[in-house]
Amino acid sequence: MADLVSHPDEIKVVSKRFGQGAADIDRYLALDGYKAAQKALPMTPDAIINEVKTSGLRGRGGAGFPTGMKWSFVPKDSPKQKYILCNGDESEPGTCKDRLILEHDPHSVIEGVMIAGLAVNAESGYIYIRGEYRYLSIIMQKAIKDAYARGFLGKNIFGSGKKFDVYWHGGAGAYEVGEESALMESLEGKRGIPRIKPPFPAVVGLWGSPTVINNVETLASAPHIILDGAQKFADYGTPKNGGVRLFCLSGHVNKPGVYELPLGYSLKKMIYEVGGGIPGGKKIKAVVPGGSSTPVLTADEIDIAMDFDGVAKAGSMLGSGGVVVIDESTCMVRFAQYIMKFYQHESCGWCIPCREGTDWLKKTLDRFHAGGGVKKDINNIQYLAENMMGRTFCPLGDAAAMPTISIVTKFRKEFEDHLEGRPCPYDPVGSVRLLPVLSH
Amino acid sequence: MPDVNITVDGKKVTAPAGTLLIEACKTVGIEVPAFCYYPGLSLQGACRMCLVKVEKMPKLQTACTTVISEGMAVTTDHEEIHQARKSMVELLLGNHPLDCPVCDAGGECELQDMTFSYGASESKYTEAKNHKEEQQWSPVVFFDRPRCILCYRCVRVCDEAMDVAALGIQNRGSGSVIAPNMGDHLDCEECGMCIDICPVGALTSGAYRYKTRPWEMNHVATACTHCGDGCKTTLGVRRSETGMEIVRGDNRDKSGPNGDFLCVKGRYAFDFANRTDRLTQPLVRRNGKLVPVTWDEALTYVGQKLAEIRSQSGGASMGVIGSNRTTNEENYLLQKFARVVLQTNNIDHQRTADFAAFAAALAGRPDATASAREVFDAPAILLIGNDPTEQHPLLAYQIRNNVRLHKARLYVVNSESVKLRRQATLFSQIPSGSEAAFAAFLAGGDVANGANRDEWNALRDQLRKETGLVIAFGSELRGASIASLNKFALSVQGAKLICLADYANSRGAADMGVYPDLLPGYVPLIQGSKFKAEWGTLPDAAGLTLPGMVDAAKSCKLKALLVVGANPVFRMKLDPATFANSFLVVQDLFLSETAAVADVVLPAASAYEKSGTFTNTYGDVQLVKQAGEITGTKSDFEIIVRIAERMGYDVAKLVPFGSGSRADMGQSRGAQSGEADRHAVWLEAQGLELKMNPFDPTAVFDEIQRLVPGYQVSRLNLMAGNDQHTRLDQNGGGAVGDPALIQPANDGLFSSGSTGRYSKTLNTVMENRNRVEMPKVAAD
Repeated sequence: MADLVSHPDEIKVVSKRFGQGAADIDRYLALDGYKAAQKALPMTPDAIINEVKTSGLRGRGGAGFPTGMKWSFVPKDSPKQKYILCNGDESEPGTCKDRLILEHDPHSVIEGVMIAGLAVNAESGYIYIRGEYRYLSIIMQKAIKDAYARGFLGKNIFGSGKKFDVYWHGGAGAYEVGEESALMESLEGKRGIPRIKPPFPAVVGLWGSPTVINNVETLASAPHIILDGAQKFADYGTPKNGGVRLFCLSGHVNKPGVYELPLGYSLKKMIYEVGGGIPGGKKIKAVVPGGSSTPVLTADEIDIAMDFDGVAKAGSMLGSGGVVVIDESTCMVRFAQYIMKFYQHESCGWCIPCREGTDWLKKTLDRFHAGGGVKKDINNIQYLAENMMGRTFCPLGDAAAMPTISIVTKFRKEFEDHLEGRPCPYDPVGSVRLLPVLSH
Repeated sequence: MPDVNITVDGKKVTAPAGTLLIEACKTVGIEVPAFCYYPGLSLQGACRMCLVKVEKMPKLQTACTTVISEGMAVTTDHEEIHQARKSMVELLLGNHPLDCPVCDAGGECELQDMTFSYGASESKYTEAKNHKEEQQWSPVVFFDRPRCILCYRCVRVCDEAMDVAALGIQNRGSGSVIAPNMGDHLDCEECGMCIDICPVGALTSGAYRYKTRPWEMNHVATACTHCGDGCKTTLGVRRSETGMEIVRGDNRDKSGPNGDFLCVKGRYAFDFANRTDRLTQPLVRRNGKLVPVTWDEALTYVGQKLAEIRSQSGGASMGVIGSNRTTNEENYLLQKFARVVLQTNNIDHQRTADFAAFAAALAGRPDATASAREVFDAPAILLIGNDPTEQHPLLAYQIRNNVRLHKARLYVVNSESVKLRRQATLFSQIPSGSEAAFAAFLAGGDVANGANRDEWNALRDQLRKETGLVIAFGSELRGASIASLNKFALSVQGAKLICLADYANSRGAADMGVYPDLLPGYVPLIQGSKFKAEWGTLPDAAGLTLPGMVDAAKSCKLKALLVVGANPVFRMKLDPATFANSFLVVQDLFLSETAAVADVVLPAASAYEKSGTFTNTYGDVQLVKQAGEITGTKSDFEIIVRIAERMGYDVAKLVPFGSGSRADMGQSRGAQSGEADRHAVWLEAQGLELKMNPFDPTAVFDEIQRLVPGYQVSRLNLMAGNDQHTRLDQNGGGAVGDPALIQPANDGLFSSGSTGRYSKTLNTVMENRNRVEMPKVAAD
């Protein structure tokens, strides 16, 4: 159980029931639970979709695609079964928000799935939970069971005569399955390999049927939009970037944790005020703005608004909301190596550039950080990452390439400091130990 | 589908809607490279080699997954694209062992070609390459993991095209590896498609590996010599002490009806030809023992003996047994030899399907037979009896992939739960032996009783609604049942039929009149005026059938028997002493059970060592080309001509070869990859006559084309190596004989009559050893 944090600047929407025992269905009902679903029941699908469009809600998984638009892509006249899929395969390093929602407010996810179902005329929804979140799947199982027991799910939801089923599914430990089409493959019992797009899931998704797939936080936002009104939600954020979102503040800050802040909140303020600054009064070296796959920002680049467009303007991405602060005592080569170790391990191996590229980058960075690097390695690291960029089957290749390119271009001097047999200047002893053969 | 216009590198391209960009580029000669893309298999987008620039798209797009759309502007030749491809090759080479000098694929490797085209000359990495030991998955499949580039072609061809799914992908990331789904070995049909389709040398063949460099072989395009499907194959041939050694069979150029498909027999079971226990010297029985003699001695002896018996006892005391595996020209020559030289109609062969009844049923409908190619395009297929997966691997492949790619409807009626039921729209399992009843039912009969009644009615109604139905039937249907089936076929618009027989030239033997009562083209003896006009007088009375000859031998009435490429002693389970009172001459590759009791054994060339044509069970005639020769053997064609000559017959009457000097047809010195064809095509184009010698089968093929109804196919196309569909019996003929004369061989995937017994590969694959023995006997 993670410790909860709070800050006066927070606008608690998705997180408003955190710490209030809302995993219990009675408590959830007492906190306005399932009111949104009942409000949505008599609404037409178009009316629900319009509400979500008005709210300006954009996907919270990382890509930031407008949610209302995504729902509207599901063909209305398709005779096929339609599915709602909740992506709870939260695996991006630096991101830990869905975990809190699933732990503290699982019913809001179920309710969000139901609302999405009503919006696209689906009769079943799947909540896919990351394999490592085993304890959360136990919470979710209980929540689903309770909802069935109350008649909120099943053949006659809320006595409306409508049918809706929700199932949970556990992952098997693959970051790649966070990619929507790979998640569907996994859910279908196959290897977690992404699919060729188009067709997109809205047309051909789970078991070949139209499917809406959304992040946990996105779906958990839906009940609040329906219940409190779309405009209210939109007004929290900046134009085109509706609402609030959960930022996962971690790294070298005094008060790490998940904060729900309006979109467009200043990154600098987030670090120094919400996060309480850097321990020991050290300087910032770099900030990862949206999970490990987003390009890092230097200390000079953090005076930006944290919304999709603001971060994009700074050359990075808002991503999944995982803000990682790196102070001046950190070795950026080590950081790049650390990231690449993750992506090399998590590459599904389907396409050449990601499978081979991450492997060679990891090997090169391992040696480089330990002092075995030569000058051409620096260019080669950049070359490898740039040649992965935009050429892989799915975004995982980009996710590995983007931070690497940003680190090697913005912190090239740190790479040069490792050259010619010099082990890491930040941790000379530890790095030499890593490379017994090449070290002096 | 409406056409879509796009531009590729400034060139205008028009292609049907739905075409993939990579295919559209091909149509204007622009090659977009790819490892994982393979026509007919599912799309992967994994190798990223086919990246191209599409206007208005921010990123490079994979041409193999992009469907063309109106107005699309594509660039395939751009610095960014070259760099992308170069970097892919660099990444692949990073872990590739670069053991090209000892790799089987060296010289035929797509990774080499890509490296050559896109350049990746510099090694950027310092770390050691990942190495893993080689694995053996079956007697014929080896896997060298470091060479694998993970294009997944093998996995897909096994799963999608073969419906075997013996291969899978294990682990993830850089640990991803192709692996058998059954632990450490393959449990499959051993077809070798995975090896064939591998773009690099990761999967190699146990039969071929480390035997040669690709450029050291002669490549000879010919037809497979095993089952009746007639797959085209290209043999890789090396010289050896015995004369030649075939080391590889494939159909990489996808010519022929089979595309790139070959089964275990086509891909490996040519190895019987390489056996060192092949007969290479004529044998004559002296003092009860077979002793080696010269060809001259043996032929003179045979000629004298046969002439002697003919003059003493007459032609009716002599018999000839033909083969399902000799060429059309040899079969034609053999029956002509029997009729005009021996003056007997006592000629027959092991009939594995009732083609005589088939011809009779289809009389006057010469175009009602379907070719092997048509099976792949037919909108619907009805299969009655037979198990094509075992007995007709190409038919099964065509059906399977037609269903998969073209959504054809397959109806299977069988007494066993055959594997093709998995592709069937409707599968009806009927009691064993009730195939004839089913045919009668289709023709309009009713089912007296039985649980199948409603099912059969529904099936017949559904079948009648089809158009262009291809009906394939096994040897379960014979005689009058075939006529019933034809009656039903007439009620379905555009229906065509296929009669399934067992061996490479079973159809040819039937078409060429290796029958006691039918002349070539199923012409009854009494209607043979056309043949008489060319050949002179022929015996009028129908001769003895194969069992009839055996009976005559038992009762000492058969004075002489010439057996060409057949093994009746083994096949018919005869007492070896059956022919004790007949002068028995056997032409064979090995000392078979029949050869062992012969008076004279003449070592014959296999179908890999001679030229001619084969007609597959569908009626597609194809060229058989000589891959090389085994020293000491002669083709059956030459042997027959030489025997006739020793009997004092004017061979120019037997083989109407043209005047002039010896022609350069490649026949006598081993065809060198198509040179003879080119010569023939050139001659024909110039309107010149071919000059031939009496051992040249082309002379007999001329006569076949002149006299045999249905064989008037394009000579030019045939010579160019294309399969040509013959017509069946344009004039009316055929005969409905005793159904018991049909004796199918029931060979499975891993057996092939007598030759199969001599194939090392067929005898070493585990699936064969584990197989429950089928009630089978070898046919020839």
